[in-house]
Amino acid sequence: MPQPLNYLKETASQTAGPYVHIGLIPAMAGFDIFEKNFSNVLVTPNTKGERITLEGKVLDGTGTPLRDVLLEIWQANAAGRYNHPADRSAGALDDEFRGWGRAGSDFDSGLVTFETIKPGAITDRTGRKCAPHVNVWIVARGINIGLNTRLYFSDEEAANAADPVLNLIEHPVRRKTLIATRSERAGKVVYAFTINLQGPEETVFFDV
Amino acid sequence: MNAQAPALRDPRLNRPEPLPPPLGDGGFFQRDRAIHPPVHAPGYKSSVLRSPRQSLLSLENSISEITGPVFGHNDLGPLDNDLIRNYAKDGDPVGERIIVHGRVLDETGRGVPNTLVEFWQANAGGRYRHKKDTYLAPIDPNFGGCGRALTDDTGYYYFRTVKPGPYPWRNYVNSWRPAHIHFSVFGSGFAQRLITQMYFEGDPLIPVCPILTTIPDKDALDRLVAPLDLNASTPFDSLAYRFDIVLRGQRSTYFENRTAGN
Repeated sequence: MPQPLNYLKETASQTAGPYVHIGLIPAMAGFDIFEKNFSNVLVTPNTKGERITLEGKVLDGTGTPLRDVLLEIWQANAAGRYNHPADRSAGALDDEFRGWGRAGSDFDSGLVTFETIKPGAITDRTGRKCAPHVNVWIVARGINIGLNTRLYFSDEEAANAADPVLNLIEHPVRRKTLIATRSERAGKVVYAFTINLQGPEETVFFDV
Repeated sequence: MNAQAPALRDPRLNRPEPLPPPLGDGGFFQRDRAIHPPVHAPGYKSSVLRSPRQSLLSLENSISEITGPVFGHNDLGPLDNDLIRNYAKDGDPVGERIIVHGRVLDETGRGVPNTLVEFWQANAGGRYRHKKDTYLAPIDPNFGGCGRALTDDTGYYYFRTVKPGPYPWRNYVNSWRPAHIHFSVFGSGFAQRLITQMYFEGDPLIPVCPILTTIPDKDALDRLVAPLDLNASTPFDSLAYRFDIVLRGQRSTYFENRTAGN
């Protein structure tokens, strides 16, 4: 017998369940408990960058919006820098931007929104340029392990065409499942997205 | 607010020696999907229409996955890890008083310091304080059912609560959830993000739970069951259960004069 390596094993995932709001966004469950709460607003008045709204739905295999889903997003700031010590890239940090937020879908419409800024292009540790994107993590009743995907921006065609992750997707027809569509509404920039859990338009999910 | 409840004490633990972190590119160890429930698990009916059918696209970790949100004590309030007090209106909540404690580790056995752990649960009767929960067991006016803690520099966390009750749910006609506490954990990178559930030693509902039994690996299932930890209990006050949580390990990477990922 060789020596044992003695690594521990990761704890198994379990569904977040229908009442995920209690723990992560208690105001949506219908009560007020914490002095400080996390939310879907990532910006302060002093955050640098273009204000955008991310707005979308997560659809099940029948095309029905999930109304009990929770999304978290993690993104770089307007200079393309993550607010984390492992990111040593050249862009300036923004003290007014953590880069993370969470949102529950509306209990009636299933709509999910985030108020954030458009991230800058990212330079990976190997020096390659990556198109601006937002990392998304999805949990809900019926989802046994959190789903990882990304949102890219429809007005970044050239950067998207060169993005190393989008280019990993074998079928070009599936790349568009990660593209959020830009529009302007009452002077606000809105990027609309749809995440399909199943079906011919199934969103690309990543094993990260 | 109840002035009678004694303060929550800090039940410390002995700590095993961690493994050295393997050298490499700073990425996380590949997730072993065989110890996790499959996305499509027909015995848990809600998973059928909510599970992707295409293969996941394997992505070597980039800076987007190695980084993740950083939290601090400024994000929390002083009672956030005390579910006996944090929603008390005119007395203590009903139920068995318990302490839940343990460490957040990575797969090398190192503590994950300063990471956010969030938890939520039903009350002692098995009822959630949630506008969508209609189970006939009563809401407890003194119990909210959620809390959070930041691990210390060794990965240790603890909180106080009441033991949640089992409750029925619509899967099969007579499906009951074993008593459980939901946990949400971050780690240092977004690829470590994990939600799981903690169960209680000796609960006869564990082997018949359609959600718990989605886990294909018996040992992985057993690791979700917290043992009674009598040594950490507070005499004449609270029993204790110990629950360690393991996040994915990370390879080291060298830059400037220090290592990261360890």
